[in-house]
Amino acid sequence: MDDQQLIPHLFRTEYRKIVSVLCKYFGLGGIETAEDIASETFLTAAQTWGLGGGIPPNPTAWLYSVAKNKAKNYLQRSHLYRTRIEPALQGSEDTADYLIDLSPQNIIDSQLQMMFAICHPSISTEAQIGLSLRILCGFGIEEIANAFLTGKDTINKRLFRAKEILRQGKISVELPSADEIEQRLSPVLATIYLLFNEGYYSISQDKTLRKELCLEAMRLCTMLVENESTNTPQVNALLSLMCFHASRFEARLDKDGAIVLYQQQDTSLWNADLISKGGYFLRRAAAGDKLSKYHLEAGIAYWNTQHTDSKEKWENILQYYNRLLQIEYSPIAALNRTYALSKANSKEEAILQAEKLGLTDNHFYFALLGELYKDIHRQKAIENFQQALHMAKTMTDKQAIQKRLDQL
Amino acid sequence: MDEYLILMRLDMVIRETPPSPEQVQQYMKQYQDWVGGIAAQNKFVGGTALSMEGKVIKSKDVVTDGPFAEIKEWIAGFITIRAKDFDEAVSLAKGCPILKGGESNSVEVRRLTGGHNG
Repeated sequence: MDDQQLIPHLFRTEYRKIVSVLCKYFGLGGIETAEDIASETFLTAAQTWGLGGGIPPNPTAWLYSVAKNKAKNYLQRSHLYRTRIEPALQGSEDTADYLIDLSPQNIIDSQLQMMFAICHPSISTEAQIGLSLRILCGFGIEEIANAFLTGKDTINKRLFRAKEILRQGKISVELPSADEIEQRLSPVLATIYLLFNEGYYSISQDKTLRKELCLEAMRLCTMLVENESTNTPQVNALLSLMCFHASRFEARLDKDGAIVLYQQQDTSLWNADLISKGGYFLRRAAAGDKLSKYHLEAGIAYWNTQHTDSKEKWENILQYYNRLLQIEYSPIAALNRTYALSKANSKEEAILQAEKLGLTDNHFYFALLGELYKDIHRQKAIENFQQALHMAKTMTDKQAIQKRLDQL
Repeated sequence: MDEYLILMRLDMVIRETPPSPEQVQQYMKQYQDWVGGIAAQNKFVGGTALSMEGKVIKSKDVVTDGPFAEIKEWIAGFITIRAKDFDEAVSLAKGCPILKGGESNSVEVRRLTGGHNG
């Protein structure tokens, strides 16, 4: 890595660590102070390293020590420090070392604790994702704005409001107790999954950015798996699901960032390593007796890594969708379930069921009917595809439907 | 939309010969396909299958294993669903696969009156 890339790289990997550790001491009320200190640390680095100082032998340690000193200066200026902390530290040699612990273990602990604080149900899911990208993943405001296809102002405002809520809600930066873990994990996993989907299904055409969103979501989930108290079957199921999905990342987008449909994907681009990792975490998810929606979605995602059609594949997918819909209804799951039904049982049965779905405002519904009628009633297939084409909003969707029409 | 209870009753006679694992799997598939179809219409509320064993408590603290000794019909499970009226609830209930499994099997549909009138 050359010098030009070093600071942006370190920013991505170290900014979030410094912020999380500092927040542990300042509390969420001091989240902006923590961000300011971390940003100033990188500014100092850019100035010192660039202006003849050269890059120090251990840049990360250098950053930590500068951050510590800046934090120490800040604390000494603060009223709280002078009246409360300093008297308690009488006789201690290095107060900054005592206060700001940037050891690997504390960095991991602090990041996990921040994850629970940020993924708090009191702030909107959009803001949770934005804050996660900023605080847990070290993304710049501009990158976040690009991911959401919106302006920097909007993101700044959204993050500011979210921080206000966290501050006012007096949400503490700590890991939930053992009997709370299961319940508190639920919004954390939801945010991680949304973050992943933001990358996987994003409307943004920026392929590199989208991939990074997916990888960040997987990294956060990996941290939960590597920590004993959060290594639950559900967390493993989510990681498994993301591995299976991510295995097709290269195959499902072409060089312009446009979607390549499953049936047309070049399977040699599927990532075998990620598929096998997905299998590993799915086996670990099998412990315990609770079947979460992540288990079921991971099961479906597993069968989707088997490209060849088989009765067994579709029967399994159908049964996972049956169970998934009982836990959580969504129109897309209902449509996918009906498609699986046509493959596992029969097209006739699937058509009967499709007509009861009540999704006539969804263009995928008409695309599904078109698909089901394809070999049964050509005219009806055409009519349904035309209706889908008429209702589709994005170019990608329109092109995919037009292709089906042309084939008829 | 109201909520309705679908109560599934099995005739005990067919329970005398235990079903083969393949049959059990087939029952499960049919059951799940039926419930999945209701859930795909966003009309599934909740419910569960029931275990074979049970206790019956009568007046004067009499507790018996059962209810199998005295009644022929055995409650196999229940689900609750959302439907706009009785007609719709009945038409969803008609798909219950136990109705194909024996002439004495039955499904009962009852409207819940507990204030779920959303």
